[in-house]
Amino acid sequence: MSMWEYANPKRFMSWTGPVLPWAFGGAAVCLSVGLIWGFFFTPDEARQGSTVKIIYLHVPAALMAINAWIMMLVASLIWLVRRHHVSALAAKAAAPVGVAMTLIALATGAIWGQPMWGTYWAWDPRLTSFLILFLFYLGYMALWAAIDDPDTAADLTSVLCMVGSVFALLSRYAVNFWNQGLHQGASLSLDKEKNVADVFYQPLLFAIAGFVLLFFALVLLRTRTEIRTRRLRALIRREGQ
Amino acid sequence: MPDLGKYAAEVLLAYGVSIAILATLVAMSWRQSRRVRRDLEAAEARKNG
Repeated sequence: MSMWEYANPKRFMSWTGPVLPWAFGGAAVCLSVGLIWGFFFTPDEARQGSTVKIIYLHVPAALMAINAWIMMLVASLIWLVRRHHVSALAAKAAAPVGVAMTLIALATGAIWGQPMWGTYWAWDPRLTSFLILFLFYLGYMALWAAIDDPDTAADLTSVLCMVGSVFALLSRYAVNFWNQGLHQGASLSLDKEKNVADVFYQPLLFAIAGFVLLFFALVLLRTRTEIRTRRLRALIRREGQ
Repeated sequence: MPDLGKYAAEVLLAYGVSIAILATLVAMSWRQSRRVRRDLEAAEARKNG
């Protein structure tokens, strides 16, 4: 069986139904372990004190803010090339989740920045590209809401998604190629010297797994809602004729 | 409760804001899903007479 058959709306509804409780359950377990471990059972960091505990929210949220947009880009490209309706609806469903992740990353970053940098906000490359990514999310959702014809909306939002991808990638790599600004380098690295210490790293991995599973569960739930909404609209249209 | 020292307000605010955003997102997604599902079932029942 081709993988594209899983994107058939009926088949999508049948396989995602049983997966959904496991995804939400896994997210709840991983988030609980990561956040409780990180908040209650990790020490303060020498320079940052207890603010290091914000890492368990800030890093996973920032990671998902970027990856949600990348997922939307892949789904949008599939829509443009193969015209799979479920992929367009999955991109639409992911946007509110992505905007929430971006908001958490921006808010926790500002709260963390005040005691460490002495300011809530600076026009630093990474912070600025994240703010632009947040605005792209809002624009993307507004464009979906503004256009009545769903296929036209999917086409135009897919193009917007491709343009916004520049800022999603910039948010990820800004710290690597701009050596200016307040934001530190990436917290996670394969280089053990640059990576966060193990005592913070292990609960952080659970928190990241929790955010990934929560994103996955919410996108499935919201895509199912979008498919039902489309079916509902079709039935109401038929009733009106 | 761990001793958060002089940064207690910042740490608690970060956790409070994040959990509130996540809880709102999950609650809104769940409520919207239930509403659409109920409306669709009603529309399908009307269609099937």
